[in-house]
Parts: sequence; C-alpha cells; structure tokens
Amino acid sequence: MLSIGIDSGSSTTKGVLIKDGHIEKKIMVATGPNPRRTIEEVYQKLSEDENVYCVTTGYGRDLLEQRDKSVTEITCHAKGAVYLCSDIQGIIDIGGQDSKVMLLDDHKMVKDFLMNDKCAAGTGRFIEMISRLLHQDLCDLDDYVKDATPAKISSMCTVFAESEVIGLLAQNTQGPDIGLGVIRGICERTAMFVGRLPIQGKIFFSGGLSNFESIHQELSKALNKEVVTHPLGQYAGAIGAAVIGQKIR
Amino acid sequence: MEIRKELPEIFEEFSEARRNGFMAAKKFKESNRAMIGTFCTFMPQELSLAMNAATVSLCATSDETIGAAEQDLPRNLCPLIKSSYGFGKTDKCPYFYFSDLVVGETTCDGKRKMFELMGEYKPVHVMRLPNDPTTKASFDAWKNEIILFKEVLEEKFDTVITDEAIKNAINLKNRERKALKDFYALGKFKPSAIEGSDILKVLYGSTFKFDREETIQEVVALTEKVKASYEQEGALEDKPRILITGCPIGGVTEKVVKAIEDHGGRVVFYENCMGAKAVEDLVDENNPDVFEALTEKYLKIGCSCMSPNPHRFKMLDSSIDEYQVDAVVEVVLQACHTYAIESTSVKSFVNKEKNIPYISVETDYSTSDVGQLNTRMAAFIEML
Repeated sequence: MLSIGIDSGSSTTKGVLIKDGHIEKKIMVATGPNPRRTIEEVYQKLSEDENVYCVTTGYGRDLLEQRDKSVTEITCHAKGAVYLCSDIQGIIDIGGQDSKVMLLDDHKMVKDFLMNDKCAAGTGRFIEMISRLLHQDLCDLDDYVKDATPAKISSMCTVFAESEVIGLLAQNTQGPDIGLGVIRGICERTAMFVGRLPIQGKIFFSGGLSNFESIHQELSKALNKEVVTHPLGQYAGAIGAAVIGQKIR
Repeated sequence: MEIRKELPEIFEEFSEARRNGFMAAKKFKESNRAMIGTFCTFMPQELSLAMNAATVSLCATSDETIGAAEQDLPRNLCPLIKSSYGFGKTDKCPYFYFSDLVVGETTCDGKRKMFELMGEYKPVHVMRLPNDPTTKASFDAWKNEIILFKEVLEEKFDTVITDEAIKNAINLKNRERKALKDFYALGKFKPSAIEGSDILKVLYGSTFKFDREETIQEVVALTEKVKASYEQEGALEDKPRILITGCPIGGVTEKVVKAIEDHGGRVVFYENCMGAKAVEDLVDENNPDVFEALTEKYLKIGCSCMSPNPHRFKMLDSSIDEYQVDAVVEVVLQACHTYAIESTSVKSFVNKEKNIPYISVETDYSTSDVGQLNTRMAAFIEML
C-alpha cells in the first residue's frame, strides 16, 4: 500500500513516499518563489505518474490539484514525530517562518498546541539572517559555534537583533560568540513558549533547525529536560501526512 | 439641544450602501427624534429609549479609519477603540454622524482616555463604571451614574423622563432580549438548525435598528422561519460545536467565525458582547425602583473589565452544557489587556472544569492574518 505525504513549507518542500508503513523515498527542495510548481515537481517525482493517494500539509497545502486530502501541519507534525519516535509527549517544531509546540495525550493524539506565526523571531528565518550578517554558511553552523562563549543578545525581534549584531561586531565581538548567543536566545525564548503547555515527558524536536546539534543541545539546556531528535526530523510533517494517507486507504 | 439633520460634506464620496445608511438615519432624524450613540453593553438603553430616542451601537469593526485615528492615538491600542474613534473623526459612520450624544463608559483605560479626545469634536457623556460587581459600594456608585445619565439626557434634550416611561422601555428592551434569546437559542439544536455565521449576522444587525418593535417582529419571524425549515427540510450536517467567547466580534472579525465554519466546525453560541453577554439576563420588571432594577442587571454583565468577574464564568459554565459545546474559541483583540489576561483563567476553567479543548486567538481588524487563522482553526478542529 502506497501513500505520499508532502509538506509545502515556507523555505523547503519535503515529500515522502511510504509503502506498507516504511519510507521508500524522500525528497527535499527549496520552495522558492513558486510554491505551486515546487509542490507539483515533488509530487511528480514521488508518484512517477502512478496514481498514489496523496496528503498535503504546510502553508502551500492547498496548491496541489492532485491531492486527495490536506491536513494542517499541527496534526501532521504530531503524526510524523510519533512515527519517528513513539514514546514522546510533546513536539517542538521550528520551521522557516513559524514555530509550534504540541502536547500529546496518552493515545499520541494532539491535545493542545500553540503557534507563533506573528513574527520571524526564533525561527529559521532569523538564523538565516544572522548567518548572512556573519558571512557564514548555514551548513557549517555547528562547527562555527563550537567552543564559543555566547554573547548576550537581548533583542529577539529580527529587525532589532540585526542592528544589535552589527553593534556587537563593531565592538569586536567574535562571530562565533554572536552566533551561539543568537542560538541561546532563540532556545530560551522557545523554552518560555513551551512552558505554556504542561508537557511532562520526552519532547521531540522537528523542523529545519533540528538538524543542528548546537541548537538541539541549547534547547535541551534551556528546557532542562530530554529533547530527542531524528535525522529525518525535517521530514516530520511530510511523514505524518503520508502516515495519515496509509490509514485512510 | 439642536438635533442634527443635515448630511456631512463627504457624503457624495460614499458607496451606495453607506449612502443608504445615511439617508435612513437622516429620514429618522427629520421626525425630530434624537439619536444616542453607544459603545458598550453597559449603557442602560432603557433611558434613551424612554425619551423616544433611537439608540445605536457605534462599536466599529473595520480598519478603514484606523489610519486617521492613529494621527491622534497610539498605534499599539486596541483596534476597536481606534476604529471607533476614526469613524467619529472622519464623518464616515451615519450613526456616529447623526448621534446627538455619544455615551461612553469607563470600561478600560484605552476607551476612557479616548473619550477625552473624542469630546473635542462630539458631545460625549462618560458613565463611570465601577470595576468590582460584587460590592454594595459598586452597586450604589453605578446606580448614581444611571440616575446622573438620566439627568444629563433630560437637561441636554430639554425633556422629562418619567419612571413610567422607563418602565415601558424596560418592558420593550426585555421583549427585545427575549426575542434575541429565542433566536440564538436555535444554536441549541443538535444536529444544528442554523450556521453560526448567520446567527452572528442577525445579532450584529440588530444593533443598528432605529425601531425596536420592528426588530422584535423581524427576529421573532426569523426564529419561526428557521424552526419551520428545520422541521420540514431537516437538520444541517453535524459538526464539532464551538462556543466563541472574548472580545466583541462583528464586521471584519467575522473572519474568525468563517475560519471555524470553513474548516469543519460550527459556532453554536456567542458568549461575547455581540452575543449573549448582555442579552441573557432581563431587567426585573417587578422592582418598583426602576434605577435599582437597571443597576442590578447592568452590573452583572460578565465583561473582563470586571474584577472579580464571576458572571462570565457562570455563563460559560451553563452555556457549555446547554449548547452541548465541544470546544471553546476565545477571540482577543490586539492590546485588549483585560481579555488577554483573563484568557488564562478561562482556559483553565474550560480545560479543567468543563474538560473540553480551548484555544485563544489574537487578531485585529486587518485581513492579513486570515491564512494563519485558517491554519490554527483547522488544526484545532482536526484535534477534536
């Protein structure tokens, strides 16, 4: 039994093909300025012109005509996270332009959730902006901030933080210290957000930023509890969508 | 006081619908009756109705005039205050324009200080509302404010408002409340008889009518019509049943209702002040002291400006049961501190005492957050 899940996010579009509960194929491409074309490309590559049941999620979830169903990223991320790691009670997803936190009940269904979609602070966009300022490739972030002493970044507004970072650079603060300071700021802010939901057990960290070990570590520290992640953490939404498709068929 | 009858200079620039609104208001004014504009459900409309004035709501719900308002008011103020002020300032609202007196209440700091500025271009009377509904001192203070308001009306419009006239107005308002209650009680049907968006349209529309008897007849007829079609054509599809609480909604904030109903939910009850908040309880017609009867009713309105606010929780408690509500959505307008703070207690009450899900959404009078609202409401309804 085949199903496709596609997560059309603000930065990247992720797609997976699941066969009998196992991930057969996965694709990730930059969403770019034409999310409709991107989601169609991902669908074509995964379906290979076969008629496969497809569930979409993410900001661009309604853009694919061939979809059989669209489900919000909250439900899909929860399903995907539980697929990747079954004994969790909460999920933090930090995506390209928003962050969300979910609380699961005993049956691993979403019991409550919060979304921060009003500003780019504490999201992938924010890290991207700071990396640009520091002339640093985002892919090397973990190595770059290794052994750094985090500088104090007080402003978590993307626009104001930019001027603050420029000010720190002018004071000769080292780039890696600024980088780690920004990461710490984001994680502390995320921890406060998470604190609004009563998550007792293990938390799964998904989304684009979950690939960075430095962010994973800082987040565990800020939350003072076990945070788990998975190499496929960025695909959690797409996996969840495909898992929903498996159950419907 | 001279009653305003002429149209504003800007009239020619308006759309047809708005021009019709102006013409209807002008026609009413030509009958030489006064128009009283109100901002809040705390205003005892019985008094203005007792002097045969039209009493209309000026609570604005669009971002059209926020720019004009922000020339005088700070940006980080609630959109309802800015929009209302802006409509007053720009002569764009027929009801504000033709109001001979605007009545405000000290419900929150933002409104209280805004009325000072509004007083510079419009006759404004502000009723000083106490903020603890449980004490005798508050009761006495509010009763005095109601009597003072009556005296202000008598003086400004050179008239006498008798107890008899107030009694008749109490009876009229109670009949109107009963009609509206019977209408929104259609939300109790399970499966539903009516969409939540249609309930809101009627509740919101009823705040702009000049003739209350006409409103009552229309609402009663509509209730009968919905009931008849429920019996003949059957119920609507059963969907998760949502209760809306929080700040006033209407106009552009209907986007929240649309987001709920477009994504598989149905609003069955509005606890907020466009809905049941001020309609549910009647004024005691047997109390010989009309001012005491009015004080008792109006001080019981469960607005978040009250502290403590037992009446809001009482209504939430009973309506969640009576309307078989599956989940609660709270709408908080940006920078409305009292509702935003009280949302913590409401969430805890809904989750722990009533054991159903709750979500709070912050919004304003723009349409820029429609996408985000849709995702949030869809996710919330998927969760049910």
